Amino acid sequence: MDKNESRIRILKAIEHEARVDISELAVRLGMEQTEILNEMNEMEKEGIICGYLTLVDWDKTDEQTVTALIEVRCTPQRGQGFDVVAERIYKFAEVNSVYLISGGFDLLITIEGRTLKEISRFVTEKLSAQEAVLSCATHFILRRYKDHGTILAKKYEDERQLISP
Amino acid sequence: MTDPISKRVTELKPSGIRKFFDIVNEMKDAISLGVGEPDFDTPWHIRDEGIYSLEKGRTFYTSNSGLKELRSEISKYVDSSQGIKYDPDKEVLITVGGSEAIDLACRALLDPGDEVIVPEPSYVSYIPCAVMAGGKPVVINLKEKNEFRLQPEELIAAITPKTKLLVLPYPNNPTGAILEEEDLRKLTDIIIKNDIYVISDEIYSELSYKERHVSIISLPGMKERTVYINGFSKAYAMTGWRLGYACAPSNICSQMTKLHQFCIMCAPTTSQYAAIEALRHGAGDVAEMREAYNERRRFLMHEFREMGLKCFEPYGAFYVFPCISEYGMSSEEFCTELLKKKKVALVPGTAFGECGEGFVRISYAYSIDNLKTALNRIREFLEELKNPK
Repeated sequence: MDKNESRIRILKAIEHEARVDISELAVRLGMEQTEILNEMNEMEKEGIICGYLTLVDWDKTDEQTVTALIEVRCTPQRGQGFDVVAERIYKFAEVNSVYLISGGFDLLITIEGRTLKEISRFVTEKLSAQEAVLSCATHFILRRYKDHGTILAKKYEDERQLISP
Repeated sequence: MTDPISKRVTELKPSGIRKFFDIVNEMKDAISLGVGEPDFDTPWHIRDEGIYSLEKGRTFYTSNSGLKELRSEISKYVDSSQGIKYDPDKEVLITVGGSEAIDLACRALLDPGDEVIVPEPSYVSYIPCAVMAGGKPVVINLKEKNEFRLQPEELIAAITPKTKLLVLPYPNNPTGAILEEEDLRKLTDIIIKNDIYVISDEIYSELSYKERHVSIISLPGMKERTVYINGFSKAYAMTGWRLGYACAPSNICSQMTKLHQFCIMCAPTTSQYAAIEALRHGAGDVAEMREAYNERRRFLMHEFREMGLKCFEPYGAFYVFPCISEYGMSSEEFCTELLKKKKVALVPGTAFGECGEGFVRISYAYSIDNLKTALNRIREFLEELKNPK
């Protein structure tokens, strides 16, 4: 197995199981524990592994959160395209992600707030106020069925017969 | 009143797994590692095609041998995986699972008194199918020391002038054993020299964890004398769709199709449409599931070593077949005790032939979490056996 292949295998495994025990992972992948740890360290340094996240279904907690997707149309800047405006937007702490996309608008932003009001304040006072921003369309998320490849809406149940040949 | 049941059926031994099934079913809260089917759902894009075919009103019969489109896809698949070409019009038959194909092949090939060599431990239906077709089963008891691979000298010893057919069940349920090209080569000389036909049940062919699976049909002179059986159940997690197929020389395939026409008519149409999608766009799903099984297989083997449970390393299907003879119980006693004391259900090796005595079948078609819970209980059970209070 070459370096590249082992890296991909490690990444695929931990992408959905960030908390997996490394000695167990080594057994499952048929690799050495030290090899996995070394590769993970290197990939952290190289910025391939950017963090280890927890997938939270906030709806099941008492915490109030509102998430919105915002489509933004904006004017690209000479020589720098959308980079400058994207940076001005992603620096806001409440902004979760910023993507440059193809199609009818330019940037897609996801933003998290505690209340509707908080988000609308951000859109009107901060986002729309950016010089390069031409227009915004805000979509509030009502229900999260699936996130990061994980179905949140329903739990898996094993309905197979207990014994079969 | 006279006995309504035919003698042949009365004399047919019921499946050994049935008895254990009834015991397990009484225990609703047991964890089972006894299942012979994938834990994955059929990939959605495949299910979606099945649903779409229903929406389009494709609720008719297909031709007896199955949808032409599907037979063509199967022919392409066998060609690309084994380099052997079957004519989709004359040499491919879509069946209701691999099981039907086994039955048809036996009935198409056997005359009363013909001997059928069946290596065991193996799947439960070969012998009954052979018997119902008038054949006489000749069992080869495979050895753990050979990793349950059929040995040339074992085959030679089982051959008589009446031998017509050899069942080749690899990758194997319940042992997880495989046959590699080397092993097959040694067998084919004997098979050809003795003019024997082969039913090669390769339903687990996609679940092979060493080299790529090699089929006996790809060896010189073997396509002509082999009924190649495969299906969608294991590779694409489609057990409930009941869809398999047989590829065989046209003289055999046409006779199997004749039988199929009279007893089945055609395989389920919805499943056939779904299967076309599986073959066209399902390779990625298969690879992903294979990798998941392989991770679990390595994990189990490691855990067995840790707890001192003896097991040869199997490279196929999704079963491991550890040896429990040192605990002084029969396989059935072992499984019954484990179920009673720790509520874990395994299948006694004897359900797959007498030579399965001393072994149990553990399926790893379960999530790692599930396996961990079950393994902890098995470990406790073994420790209590070693150090009785």
